[in-house]
Amino acid sequence: MTAAGAPTRDQDRHTVSARGVTKAFPGVVANDGVDFDADRGEVHALLGENGSGKTTLCKILTGLYRPDAGQVLVGGDTVAFRSPADAYEAGIFMVHQHFSLVSSMTVAENVVLGWHRDKGRVFNRRQVEEEVARAAERFDMHIDPRAIISRLSVGERQRVEILKALYRGARTLILDEPTSVLTPQEAEQLFVSLRRMAAEGESVVFISHKLDEVTALCDRVTVLRHGRVSGSADLRTSRVDARGLARMMVGRDIAFSRRSRVDALGDSEPALELRDVSAVEAHGTLALHEVTLSVRPGEILGVAGVSGNGQVALAEVIAGLRKRTAGDVTLQGKPLPSGNPRAAADRGLAYVPEDRLGTGLAPGLTVADNCVLKAYRQRELGRGPFLSRIRILARTRRLLKAFDVRGTAESLVRQLSGGNAQKVLLAREISSEPQVLVVATPTRGLDVSAMESIRSILLEAAAGGAAILMISEDLAEILDLADRIAVISRGRIQGVLEADGADPTQVGVLMMGGSLEDTGVAAP
Amino acid sequence: MLRLPEIHFEKRLKPPRWLGPAMPPIAVLAALIIGGLILWASGRDPIDIYQRMVRVSFTNPGALSATLVAATPLVLTGLAAAITFRMKVWNIGADGQLMIGAVFASAAGIALDEQGLAVSMTVMIIAGMVGGGLWAAIPALLRVYLNTSEVLTTLMLNYIAPLILFYLIFSTTSYWRDLTTEGARVFPRGKTILEGAFWPEYGGGVVVPFGFILGIVLAVLLTVVVRSTRFGFQMRVSADSPTAGRYAGIRTARLLVLVMVLSGAVAGIAGASQIGDFSHRLEPKILQFAVFGYTGIAVAALVRYHPLGVVVSAILVGALSNAGLALQGPELPLGLIGVNQGLILLLVAASEVSARYKVVVGRRPRTGHGAQQAGGDLDGGPAEEPASGGVS
Repeated sequence: MTAAGAPTRDQDRHTVSARGVTKAFPGVVANDGVDFDADRGEVHALLGENGSGKTTLCKILTGLYRPDAGQVLVGGDTVAFRSPADAYEAGIFMVHQHFSLVSSMTVAENVVLGWHRDKGRVFNRRQVEEEVARAAERFDMHIDPRAIISRLSVGERQRVEILKALYRGARTLILDEPTSVLTPQEAEQLFVSLRRMAAEGESVVFISHKLDEVTALCDRVTVLRHGRVSGSADLRTSRVDARGLARMMVGRDIAFSRRSRVDALGDSEPALELRDVSAVEAHGTLALHEVTLSVRPGEILGVAGVSGNGQVALAEVIAGLRKRTAGDVTLQGKPLPSGNPRAAADRGLAYVPEDRLGTGLAPGLTVADNCVLKAYRQRELGRGPFLSRIRILARTRRLLKAFDVRGTAESLVRQLSGGNAQKVLLAREISSEPQVLVVATPTRGLDVSAMESIRSILLEAAAGGAAILMISEDLAEILDLADRIAVISRGRIQGVLEADGADPTQVGVLMMGGSLEDTGVAAP
Repeated sequence: MLRLPEIHFEKRLKPPRWLGPAMPPIAVLAALIIGGLILWASGRDPIDIYQRMVRVSFTNPGALSATLVAATPLVLTGLAAAITFRMKVWNIGADGQLMIGAVFASAAGIALDEQGLAVSMTVMIIAGMVGGGLWAAIPALLRVYLNTSEVLTTLMLNYIAPLILFYLIFSTTSYWRDLTTEGARVFPRGKTILEGAFWPEYGGGVVVPFGFILGIVLAVLLTVVVRSTRFGFQMRVSADSPTAGRYAGIRTARLLVLVMVLSGAVAGIAGASQIGDFSHRLEPKILQFAVFGYTGIAVAALVRYHPLGVVVSAILVGALSNAGLALQGPELPLGLIGVNQGLILLLVAASEVSARYKVVVGRRPRTGHGAQQAGGDLDGGPAEEPASGGVS
């Protein structure tokens, strides 16, 4: 699979290296003297929090950025990539989080699209399809080269991206957080393929912030923090565990809050109940199909599933932002009107949407304005039609203090860090002392410390008696926090499990549309 | 091959606070300099022409009066545009709303008996607001119920409104048509409103139309409403993010109708002012050719839809058009004045971008195919080259 023009000095130990790479953007040094080596035949993890410089480093390695200082070496030779095309020539490819596939074309067509391996020759469909099928088989990636992309699942599309790179002569494959869109099973399958590639002498760079994945899959790990290498380890020889990696990543010990499931919830009446609720997408396709769920006061119900399986619709239907087409939602035993967000909020429902900046917060307004986004109608915040600035600011300062938000009341929400913005949102919603709290992907994109404070805020709210419906794509998070787990797939609830002793494999089967019988477990 | 320097935009991480408000004046200044160069290149003395422009627009009572008269409808239509454009609701129908407002206000003015000036003015203003508001309610309701684009519907209503005016005056013996004299029957015209309902003018030597004062009051009022009321809070939230507005429980459809009707009502006041301040009767031709509504959009855009700024920019635009009319002649064609006006609008609009982006002029070595679009994200602009160009 060598492409014409790829460097021939493969006998060198290092395929791709960075030496003292430095890259600054206005206001931030993204990479500061980074050294990095991706060896032949290894899976090398690049670990770090958001903003630690992982992606910048990889964009430098693939010619998207040029370093301010330092060098990139391929096969021991210094190279100066001026574009991704140069990096392709050198056999370095990156699979981004957002795929670049033409959804109306077939797998084989996408693989050769825009690529001239043999200049001037016509596209030989059959030959390409055969080659793609052979490569897929070789790396254990089940894919039909004739399949149309739009019919494929996200996991399958990712495989097409990888095949595309291999077909074009990739010797070094960089994957940017590839598992964030996969079910546990799909991730497992991906790991098999990646190990196979390493065994064949390719090198794989695996960007992640999930520690368990790194320890399970990778041979070596390089940890970045604030743009510098904060540690590295050879996982084949040293005994570095997840805790040790976390320390390198964050710079201190962290212990995630977990739910202690000792406190019995009793037989209290559910605070939130959904009965046979259905809803549709804007273009008319089914989004939710006869969903039945209930959450009791003080309970956290985790909704697990691969993103895009109806989670958004579920949250929006409960919050009143989307009309339901059938079924009932009851809050505290009273039916909730369909498609009326104000009624839901007035009845004690708080909602932290997945789309924080834009739905949950108005990014162009100040923190103070956002703190009263729903409360602006309250009598005590003003007189008659007028709002009192003084009282709004007083309330804002109180919230900022109670939830440890770094930022002033007058700063624009847009200027806050992701973690602080999410804290503002949670602070506002929880301070309304809701009976029911719906949170969607509460920690996505946050750094580890922010993630931890969000988690403890949620646990505290549950301890205070709120019924929490937590939608998350992070199964580990659900297993840590939830009392029960409802698994959603294609808009249907596949099953509800007790979180205690739940097996991720079972959950994975449900996430892919299997039933509880398939997992061999009786419903609780 | 000759390589031209590349110009690229780099997003400012933190635009300085003063930059936003400072941009429009800087842009006006730059436009005057460029306009001056054009005048100079065409063999005229820019300093002399600018001096004359100031003279015919500001520095004698008569000139200043003419400027304020020109600015009066623009303040009001500018406010009408500012109200909706801030919320990304594109009401470009101020022209039609103004005309229907004028129809209602003149009807009120004709029907009035000697009630005293305060009462008759109030009645005319309210009538104008009702007319403009109703005309704006049509596209608002169409948008809410049928999801039609208000850009198209308000635009189309701008064509219908003058037809109604012409019908009332030229095609029928309607209530608005003057049939008292032989001349008026042959050359149709509108009935003159009650003389006791003519709007007053203020000032000694300088004429300040009442409508202009009304515009200033409205601008202050709107500023207060947007900044400090619960209704204004809803407007600000929905303007920033309609989805966040819906999430916050704001009844967005109702808010949209209210804002459109409010905007139409302000345009309707402009119509009432045309009758009460100036023409004192329905003049279809004058109203149709004046295009106060469209100019009002430019007036509002110049100051980024800020109500108080509208007053200032209306005077500026009023002065410019006034100067154009006063200065035009064989040695100074109206086109050259138009060039200056256009430059001001263009540069102020462009200054909006410069406030948020840095303009970097410099040569970046050409990169291979794909690199430009893939690596060209604004937060990761080129750091490898010193900016040889400055900030515009």
